[in-house]
Amino acid sequence: MEWFKKSKPGLVSQPKKDIPDGLWTKCKSCSEIIYTKTLEETFWVCPNCDYHFRISSKKYISLMLDDGKLEEFDQNLVSCDPLEFKDSKRYPDRVKAAQQKTGRNDAIISGLGAIDKLPISFVIMDFSFIGGSMGSVVGEKIARAIERAMDNSLPIVIVSCSGGARMQEGILSLMQMAKTSALLAKLAEQGLPYISVLTNPTTAGVMASYASLGDVIIAEPGALLGFAGPRVIRQTIGQDLPEGFQSSEFFLERGFLDKVVDRKSLRHTISLFLRYFTDNVSKRAGDPNTPGASSSVA
Amino acid sequence: MAEGTFLDFEKPIVELEKKISDMRDFAIGENIELTKEISSLEEKLGKLRNDIFAKLSRWQRVQLARHPRRPYTLDYIKMMTTDFIELHGDRRFADDNALVGGLAKIDGQPVMILGQQKGRDTKQKIFRNFGMANPEGYRKAERFFRLAEKFNLPVVCLIDTPGAFPGIGAEERGQAEAIARNIFVMSRLRTQIVCVIIGEGASGGALGIGIGDRILMMENSWYSVISPEGCAAILWRDAAMGPQAAEALKVSSDDCMRLGVIDDIIREPVGGAHTEPEQAARILKTELLKVIAELRQQSPDELIESRLGKFRAMGSCRES
Ligand SMILES: [Zn+2]
Repeated sequence: MEWFKKSKPGLVSQPKKDIPDGLWTKCKSCSEIIYTKTLEETFWVCPNCDYHFRISSKKYISLMLDDGKLEEFDQNLVSCDPLEFKDSKRYPDRVKAAQQKTGRNDAIISGLGAIDKLPISFVIMDFSFIGGSMGSVVGEKIARAIERAMDNSLPIVIVSCSGGARMQEGILSLMQMAKTSALLAKLAEQGLPYISVLTNPTTAGVMASYASLGDVIIAEPGALLGFAGPRVIRQTIGQDLPEGFQSSEFFLERGFLDKVVDRKSLRHTISLFLRYFTDNVSKRAGDPNTPGASSSVA
Repeated sequence: MAEGTFLDFEKPIVELEKKISDMRDFAIGENIELTKEISSLEEKLGKLRNDIFAKLSRWQRVQLARHPRRPYTLDYIKMMTTDFIELHGDRRFADDNALVGGLAKIDGQPVMILGQQKGRDTKQKIFRNFGMANPEGYRKAERFFRLAEKFNLPVVCLIDTPGAFPGIGAEERGQAEAIARNIFVMSRLRTQIVCVIIGEGASGGALGIGIGDRILMMENSWYSVISPEGCAAILWRDAAMGPQAAEALKVSSDDCMRLGVIDDIIREPVGGAHTEPEQAARILKTELLKVIAELRQQSPDELIESRLGKFRAMGSCRES
């Protein structure tokens, strides 16, 4: 891709003593100091070591969807406080703080968009909202996005980024795993494609439900994936974990991913998958309502 | 009763029980009439037990769910069923001893029955991996589900786990995928599924065999998104805050009923299932037979649609 090549000369090798706020960014992996503008152009992938910085859900929308546009749904859904949960903070206060910080009502954006003119139901999680944790709102919005896909015979793409279920909603958070996975099972019966995209991190309750149930599953390089967190595993077995344990590459090797995909290639890869899965369906069925039929003329 | 086989709050009960049994021995040994004294103490014991168990905290219920003498999956299978044939292996990797099951008859009704299995002594605990299944355990369960569907057998899942095993091998073999797959498969399985949390219902490890047409909880079991200690370690940075976390997480059967996550609570003998295991098993068996008979009236299509509807409705959010 053009912009990616162009960005290389922007690299600086000599770190300055004082880094002006925002102008330069230090790579978390190779410690290279990079011109922030360059990172913007590479969608926040280090030109030196390929480290994928965490980016906002908005940035993913702009890099993955046609015209960077999503027709958002259900953005007004907010969490209740079913347990009246309190640790150091009351749960409603925690939610309010996250809402003020992110300008969103919860850790997820969902709606309708298109990739290469193929309409899709699209979901993206946002780690900046209480660690992308899955509570009732996340579960409900994913459920509705799956139903939207079924109602309109559309494929669905879910970009996951989450530390797992949200503790503050207790057992109801756990049940979101059941709710989303059960609807995905129904979607599968209807022959509609589901592409699961994993970003750093996707673990625990999210990984043990919808994130692992894609017809194909792809992940960004170097993402932390898995069921149990590294800290818990280390504690349980009482020894250090091997290098690269639970990374995207680790799970690719173990057979749990189809492909590790650079951020810059996400859109193209998903587009290819969707064409493979939808073009044939429309030809086979000869039904104007099957996915791909309406867009295959485009 | 040996030290360490009862809980702190059971101590007054255990002491009074000891006193009664001593008095009985004394009466027999010395051949004196103490019937009146004994029955008065027994009455007192009943009252004491009722008092203590009428107002259990959530943490006390968690402790009861983990009671060292609490009946486990194979105990219930032994007490409730006949002609049990244990089936082994996931046909892919191994046989997981932390998740067991097979074919059995409950009052003549053939079922596929399975659940996590804990060990009683140190050797058994290790053999059963403390009731923490690996991916092969969940995949063995998936095999059982498909078998049950093929031969139109109701499925009974007995849930009792402190969590799916968090180990290196478990990650290498896809613990997350194994659990997700089971949720996926169970949600569309074209036969009846009844799930009962008999002890500990910890998180994804429990949910991996926890999707069904009826979800029941034994009175003194717990069910939540994380163990109280796990929650405490994260939110309070101190696992010893488990009792507080149990309260905050609302882990009891009453809580789960109120939150709409379970369909019914199965009462235990006063004092907990471990005090009268046979009676606990009889109550559970009666409930299972009732529920299975109800579900047998529905077609597979009706079953899976109402099963989906049930989980679809769970959650707590609103339009702002
Ligand atoms: Zn770098």
